[in-house]
Parts: sequence; structure tokens; C-alpha cells
Amino acid sequence: MTFERAWEVVSESFLQVLTAGMLYTVPLTVISFALAMVIATLAALAQYAQIRPLRPILRFYIWIFRGTPILVQLFVVFYGLPNIGIILDPFPSAILVFALNTGAYCAETMRAALESVPRGQIEAGYCVGMRYMQIMRRIVLPQALRTAFPSLMNSMIGLVKDTSLASCITVAEMLMATQKVIGRTYAALPMYLEVGFIYLIFSTVLTKLQSVGEKRLNSYGHH
Amino acid sequence: MAILEIQHIRKSFGATEVLQDVSLSVEKGDVVAILGPSGSGKTTLLRCANFLETADSGTLRFDGEEFRLGHVPKKDVIRLRKKTAFVFQNYNLFRNKTALQNVTEGLVTARGMAKDKANRVAMDALAKVGLADRADHYPNQLSGGQQQRVAIARALVTDPEIIYFDEPTSALDPELIGEVLAVMRRLAEEGRTMLVVTHEMSFARNVSTKVVFMDGGKIIESGESRAFFENPKEERVRAFLRTIGGEGF
Repeated sequence: MTFERAWEVVSESFLQVLTAGMLYTVPLTVISFALAMVIATLAALAQYAQIRPLRPILRFYIWIFRGTPILVQLFVVFYGLPNIGIILDPFPSAILVFALNTGAYCAETMRAALESVPRGQIEAGYCVGMRYMQIMRRIVLPQALRTAFPSLMNSMIGLVKDTSLASCITVAEMLMATQKVIGRTYAALPMYLEVGFIYLIFSTVLTKLQSVGEKRLNSYGHH
Repeated sequence: MAILEIQHIRKSFGATEVLQDVSLSVEKGDVVAILGPSGSGKTTLLRCANFLETADSGTLRFDGEEFRLGHVPKKDVIRLRKKTAFVFQNYNLFRNKTALQNVTEGLVTARGMAKDKANRVAMDALAKVGLADRADHYPNQLSGGQQQRVAIARALVTDPEIIYFDEPTSALDPELIGEVLAVMRRLAEEGRTMLVVTHEMSFARNVSTKVVFMDGGKIIESGESRAFFENPKEERVRAFLRTIGGEGF
């Protein structure tokens, strides 16, 4: 394949691949991550507050989702669950798996961050007359989120790349769009490099967001 | 009338009985210094009084109401804490809040005061401890002495019936102790009721009205501050005062 031909394929398909990214990869990442944060925060708070009956359930959930490959989880949900009559579309299946998977990792990050807030912060809250939930919401969680922020952003960057696995359950995200072009043009090397480059752009944007976020969170300094 | 009366309080951590039948009463306007070697139970006593630790038994009478320690309902704990304030050894300012927000938090969140009114009251409290110009600083931007003065402003602002101080100067560099003690002295002069665990003999001697000396989980001696320092009855107290150079102040 000549360089001219490769360039032609890449430049002609660029918008098509990027569009798949905008339509699938980005929403998949954003929605899954938002849900993951809700799951992670609730799971971390429940463990932190020592709500006893929930603890074994949460440990089991985290154990399963951290201990098995995402690809297997995707296959179980998309190809497996129909056996017992649960049929989900590809996109919701992917959202479900990515949210639960990332949620499991972030739950551990959040739990560690909550535990890193000194006990004295809570005692001071009690002593000014606040209730437990007020202290959690106004004092402990904001401090924990700040501590957890870099790790959470790492998880999000990981998630952007993991969404490529959704192509295996027929979600028409960037990698699948790329493969379609390759099927037509046989330009495997330039096309895979192209999609890699677009992933790189997405992660770079998130990395920038991370450093901007960290600066803003640092407005109340280090400790 | 006694604002705070603790009777026969007991508290164990595991096999160690940290408080062995301790009784103590604080009158309105009293400044009571609790002295004693470390591990004598002073801090635990203070923490039990504000329910940061749960005592095993005993009674607590506060502002005319009596409670069985170890069985105080949660809502009473919250209600009682709103009548008191606590100053910690390590300041424990909310790290995610400015000095001003630290002071307003108890007013706005716990007591439902309107924000602009809370800000005014809090600025007065900060001015009182000489830190009005640091209102927008975060704790990590303040020195230890400044942080502790903000913590005192946070304690003052709710106009509590009693302020508990747990070794308020022990974590400070020597050159910063004076500014905190000066603020505490001013509060004492204004007639604030204070219960102060301290190692500052000059404060106990010159500012406090009463002194309680604890050792091994018991009160060994207590009385008027002057009599305590000039004529301690117990040998253990005399020995303690000798070791820390408290005599001849």
C-alpha cells in the first residue's frame, strides 16, 4: 500500500470514525462513569458507615467485578442473559457492565479516601452541633472527593479505552467503525493507527481536565 | 447553680479503667482547669462530657436536666452539644472550609441561621480572636496559633453554656502559645464558663478559678485555684507541681 493510498483512506474515514466516537464512545464513557460514581459513592458510604447487612453484599459485588475480565462480563450480559429471558440491547448492556465494573474500582478508591479523612473532622462536626449526615455531606465527602479525584480520573481514562470492548457486543463505537473501513479498504495499519490516535486525543482531553480539576480543588491548599 | 454536674462517671477502654468513679461540678462562670500527668483520664473525662466517648456509667446533669451516662438518646446528645462547644488539641478546623466558613458552619447548618446574619456574627467572633483579616484563609494557610484562635471563634459564636478545651496549647510551637492563652484569658474575664484540660500552669494558676487534679483515673485533689497552688494537701499533687515547676510561679 502506498503512502498516498493510506493517507486517502485515513483522511476520508476520519470524520466517520470520529462521529462513531462522538455518538457512542463519548456517551458510553460519560453515562457509564456518571452511574459508576453514584454506585461507588453509595457503596463506599455504606461500607464507611458500617451498615452491616450491606457489607458482605458490597464486598461480593466488588470481588466479582474486579476479579473477572470486562469482556467476559459483557458477554455474560449480552449473550448470556438472553438464556434466562433477559434481553438487553447492545448499548444498555455496555452501559450496565461499564458502570458496574468502573463502580467497583471507584468504590474502593472512594472508601480509601473517606477513611483518609481524620476522625477529628467528624468530631469537630458533632461538637458544632451537626448531625452525622450533615457532617458526611458538608465535611467528609468533599474532602474525600478531593483526595480521590486523581484516581477517579484515572479510572475514567481507563474507561474511555475499555469502551472499545463494546464492539464485541455489536455496539457501533469507534473500533467497530474502524473495522468496517478496514473491511472495505484493507488499510489495517493506517486505520488502527488512526483510531488509536483518536483515543489518544480523548484521553489527552481527560488528562487536561484532570490537571485543571486538581488545580481548582487545590484552592484550599495541600495538607 | 451548677451548669454541669458529673457524678460517679466510669469509663474503661478494654481492661483499663480510665475513669474510676469521678465526680465534678462546674458553676456558671467558673473556669476549671483539669491538671494531671498524661494518662490520668483528663481528656477522656472531657470527651465523655460531650459524648465524644460514651461513658460506661454515671450521671450527667446539664443545665438542670439529668441524664444516665451510657444511655443518653441520640437526639438529646445532639441537643446538648448545641449548648456546648469543644476546642481540640489539634484544632480540627474543617479543612475544606475557610476560617469564616468554619465559624458559620455550626450556625447555618446545625442551627438554621440565615447566612448573612451568620456571617456577621462570625466576623465579630473572628475579630474577637484578632483574625478578622484572615476570614478567607483556609486552615492550611494559617499558623497553628491562628488555627486554634479560629477554633475558639467557632466555639464562641454559638454562645455556648460551657466551652470544653482539650489541651488547647499542647500542639503549638512555644512562641504561639501566648496568643491562644491571651484569647482564653479574655474569655475568662468575660465570665465564660470553661472546663480546660491543660498543662499550662500559669493559666491554671492565674486565670482559672478552680483546679481539679487527676491521676490514675481519679480526682486526687480539687479546690480553689489559689489554695491549690499555695497549699496543696496531697503529696502526689506536690510532687507533680515540683516536677513541672508549678511551685513558686
